Amino acid sequence: MVSRDMWSKAGVLGMLCTKVDPAYGGGGGDLFHCLIVLEEQTRAGFGELAFYLHSDIIAPYIEMYGTDEQRERYLPKLATGEIVTAIAMTEPGAGSDLQNISTNVRRDGNGYILNGRKTFISNAQLADLIIVAAKTDPAGGAKGMSLFLLETKDAEGFALGRNLRKVGCKAQDTSELFFDDVRLPADALLGGVEGRGFYQLMERLPEERLIMAMSAVANMEAALDETIAHAKDREMFGQRLIDFQNTRFTLAECKTMTTVARAYLEHSIDLFIDGHFDARDGAMAKWWTTEKCCDVIDECLQLFGGYGYIRETPIARRYADARLGRIAGGTNEIMKDLIGRAL
Amino acid sequence: MTGAPATMLPYGEEHELVRATAKRFFESECAPHQESWETTGMAPPEIWRRAGELGLLCPRIEEEHGGLGGDFLYSVVLTEEQVRAGVTAPVMSLHSDVVAPYLAHYGTEAQKAEILPKMISGEAVGAIGMTEPGAGSDLRGMRMTARRDGDAYILDGQKTFISNGASAGVIITAAKTDEGISLFIVETDDLPGFSHGEPLKKLGQRSADVAELFFDDVRVPADRLLGGVEGQGFRQMVERLVEERLLTGMVAVGMMERAIDHAVAYTQGRMAFGKRIIDFQNSRFKLAEAETNARVARIFLERCILKFIDGRLDESEAAMLKWWTTDLQGKIVDDCLQLFGGYGYMLEYPISNMWLDSRVARIYGGANEVMKEIIGRTL
Repeated sequence: MVSRDMWSKAGVLGMLCTKVDPAYGGGGGDLFHCLIVLEEQTRAGFGELAFYLHSDIIAPYIEMYGTDEQRERYLPKLATGEIVTAIAMTEPGAGSDLQNISTNVRRDGNGYILNGRKTFISNAQLADLIIVAAKTDPAGGAKGMSLFLLETKDAEGFALGRNLRKVGCKAQDTSELFFDDVRLPADALLGGVEGRGFYQLMERLPEERLIMAMSAVANMEAALDETIAHAKDREMFGQRLIDFQNTRFTLAECKTMTTVARAYLEHSIDLFIDGHFDARDGAMAKWWTTEKCCDVIDECLQLFGGYGYIRETPIARRYADARLGRIAGGTNEIMKDLIGRAL
Repeated sequence: MTGAPATMLPYGEEHELVRATAKRFFESECAPHQESWETTGMAPPEIWRRAGELGLLCPRIEEEHGGLGGDFLYSVVLTEEQVRAGVTAPVMSLHSDVVAPYLAHYGTEAQKAEILPKMISGEAVGAIGMTEPGAGSDLRGMRMTARRDGDAYILDGQKTFISNGASAGVIITAAKTDEGISLFIVETDDLPGFSHGEPLKKLGQRSADVAELFFDDVRVPADRLLGGVEGQGFRQMVERLVEERLLTGMVAVGMMERAIDHAVAYTQGRMAFGKRIIDFQNSRFKLAEAETNARVARIFLERCILKFIDGRLDESEAAMLKWWTTDLQGKIVDDCLQLFGGYGYMLEYPISNMWLDSRVARIYGGANEVMKEIIGRTL
């Protein structure tokens, strides 16, 4: 994982919360700002760091659904990096099937008591603030879920599991969370109204999936650039690697995929900005770009030969990191199910 | 959230009028005859004249030469409607968007005035003679010659795989001259020394004639040299390729969309093991994949069309569009056919013809391997 410092430095440089309203310390930008930060991060080889999770996924929950008081209390500190955030949805027994979570809160006097367990939570090791999805009415189905703002400092009954060891994304921490009678004040309920959590999560999904698509496209482009440079540089059997027809064809195919993916992504961002990007578009963009990203990076890795298998070669890390894209944010199978049902 | 607009192309009322006419023409006057035209291997001359009568041929040619003076979107509309109606022949886009533009772009005023009206009316069907038995994508391997003889050229050689070759009244023919490759406007009527073979028997596209052409001391007047200057042929052909590949991409995307429409309708109606085929998860996933790929392909295609209209579509991106969409067309049509089970193998189901017709798309307009060479060279 990265040090706390990195967050403060990113905050000082104005790289956090680029989309948040300047009234709350944000950059007042749009999705293209998010894209630019992600692209540069990915090109430099640190695409796995979940700044975007903090800035473009979590901050919007507070900005869009929070009370005025919640916005004022948290957003300026999110923008400076003084507060690092995480969001806790997934549980050992409930991933994409979110309605099935068992983490719950019960009312207690003026506040709530939180119990349950979460897993695969990014940023948790450093998080000062965690948005936790919990059942307020266990029998209420979709209407029985709410989101809570948990301040981790001195939260009694809250325990952080170890930083889980993953296939890739090694500079990004991922953890389990345990809640054992954690007391939450009444104003920890996001937006102040119970039962809206599931709808809030659903409403945010298209944009979250579009952000995953941005990350995938940036990753495949960076991988291809590195591979073309390698193929021009590497000599074998008396010629450059790129002079072999198979190499050129493979790279031509990868170049086509990245070109198509970039056109698709830019079109999707335009649709999003115009308010036309719906749940189906989000599902399509997510599965398609994350799958093509893995395909392209696998082909690229092959052209590095043995070096491609060594972790100090960036392509090896990209390969391992990209694998997460097909799982996170709703598995690609969930995306296809969603698209297929609408046919 | 509202759904995304179905297209990003700036269609106007004039395009929708052409679309309505084209749709009626393809659906009621061409689609019902595809099977009988398959047995003769070609569409009859009357259907070309009928298309001309309706203003559906060469709509982009300027009004002074008898065209509608339409923009590129006219061609998009016509191609879309033809593919949507499942009409393989007549191959109008070759005539209107490949052959006629050679005359419009490179022809002398006299050549335009003489030939274009006949093409617009459908009196003369257009073809282009590039490929030879020994020279396909590698045009430099061309053998056919044109030697100057007084105020004429004498053409000798052979062409093959010429679409519209048996129907054609006008063939833009590539031949070697002293100054390199040149293009000639060959009018085939009563032309001594010229003959064409029977329509070749093909894997698919069986209603569209593809033929061999034979030139045995064929004498054409010197003013039939396209543009009047020798040695321009290679450049002219290369210049036109971007647009031709864009058209190929258009057909490919149209075909994917049509295959998916058919597969969705079939799987919604057909029952197996007590439920509809579409209710099986595998069917839904296959269709979701096809639907997503076709959507991405449409977005890429339309962005390429917009770039082309702005004069910004380069050779490499056109090559990307051509190989990727035709490759994907093959995969999607194949996946869709599979969902039909045994019926997918029966020619009375359109999906089987789509499958047969699709294979050639990866070969014509420059084989997909040639596309990858073009892209590979720019890296």
